[in-house]
Amino acid sequence: MSGAATVEGRFAGPLGAFSLDAGFSFPAKGLTALIGPSGSGKTTLLRCIAGLIRLPGALRVSGEVWQDAAAFLPPHRRAVGMVFQEASLLPHLTVAGNLAYGMKRAGTAQTIARDEVVEMLGLGPLLSRSTANLSGGERQRVAIGRALLSQPRLLLMDEPLAGLDAASKAEIAPYLERLHRALSIPVLYVSHDLAEVTRLADHVLVMGEGRVVEMRKGEPGQGEADASLAHLSAEDIRSLARAALKAGLKPQAGGS
Amino acid sequence: MSEVVWTTIRLAGLTTVLLLALATPLAWWLARNKSWWKEIIAAITALPIVLPPTVLGFYLLIALAPQSPLMAPFHALGIRTLNFTFTGLVIGSVIYSLPFAVQPIRNAFEAMGPRPMEVAATLRAGPLDAFLTVAVPMARKGYLAAAVLVFAHTVGEFGVVLMIGGAIPGKTQVVSTRIYQLVESMQFGQAHKLAAGLLAFAFAVLLALFLIERRTARTGL
Repeated sequence: MSGAATVEGRFAGPLGAFSLDAGFSFPAKGLTALIGPSGSGKTTLLRCIAGLIRLPGALRVSGEVWQDAAAFLPPHRRAVGMVFQEASLLPHLTVAGNLAYGMKRAGTAQTIARDEVVEMLGLGPLLSRSTANLSGGERQRVAIGRALLSQPRLLLMDEPLAGLDAASKAEIAPYLERLHRALSIPVLYVSHDLAEVTRLADHVLVMGEGRVVEMRKGEPGQGEADASLAHLSAEDIRSLARAALKAGLKPQAGGS
Repeated sequence: MSEVVWTTIRLAGLTTVLLLALATPLAWWLARNKSWWKEIIAAITALPIVLPPTVLGFYLLIALAPQSPLMAPFHALGIRTLNFTFTGLVIGSVIYSLPFAVQPIRNAFEAMGPRPMEVAATLRAGPLDAFLTVAVPMARKGYLAAAVLVFAHTVGEFGVVLMIGGAIPGKTQVVSTRIYQLVESMQFGQAHKLAAGLLAFAFAVLLALFLIERRTARTGL
């Protein structure tokens, strides 16, 4: 996979005691799940893509260079939407103020309309509210809407359901599915919960110990796993196996 | 009497405005920098809290004197010394009250954590934009506390003002030094009026601070 229709990159370097060496490529449409055990570097990779961490490497989103040996676009110059694990709403602004913050700064080409986002995420009744008394699910919906209205070319979601209780998860799930069907931009969705993403994911990246150890299409356990294994070293395959086991994947009977 | 009150208010007001502007970048740097040696700078800015005002006043007197190398560049402009001038008082007050501005603003920036600025960056706000539209509004409680403390502390200052101001009526005489002069010349009636006024002012300031604190604790704003 290469060219205009992909998101591809590689980041390598130490970060404190942790070391990231992650090369990846996924199509610039649909939802790509980034899974792996905690501590495998999923959030770090996401922050590198957003430009919040600067590690040596390269990143190209739909043909646009965000980082290479010569250039590094700071986060505010990247058309990236980021949904953090905690909604991280700006507490001095109302819900409407939060939604407007990125939209105002996104420039002229507004392809994602405010009314549609408000409608799709059910934000209408919340608009004039302060962010202080929203439920966890409501906060995360506002955060998703806010990220979308900044007109991103790539939406990053860092375990957006991880901090929520079961009721809030159930409340937000239909919104995510609707979003997934309606959005034309690629979404990279981090999760350590395989069940959460298998329903939604068009593609899957598996991470283990700071590396992307597998890229494949569609449902886990099917598709092109074999092809992507071919170029991996023995060590890669060992860490892939560890990561897959930690992530809850079971070895298949009669597999290759 | 109204003249001395007006000089005091002018001094405190100007000091407050200057200090909030000056303390902002310093407080931000102290809140964000991770190196240990930033605490050296923090300690220097906090020095006026522990130094006797006479010590600070003494060094200022020397620094603002005609022979001081710091004053040399201003000789060409016809300014030989800033001692016993209102400008000199403002400079002294700014240094004397610096920690009372830096500390609350620094605390507010630190309490905010790095996340809001990251959020702003991913929403296309450049560093200065994010600072003005996210960091400063989120730290407004710190700014309010800093403004109240600096204003009150400047009104209450005596030693530095006496050392470098000389209590010239209409120029450098403020309420606190006026009270001292009145008592020295046995005018207790006049002294009572001013002293009672300062007492009431100090009480009102502290009450306002505690009410702000209470409101913040309750609403988080």
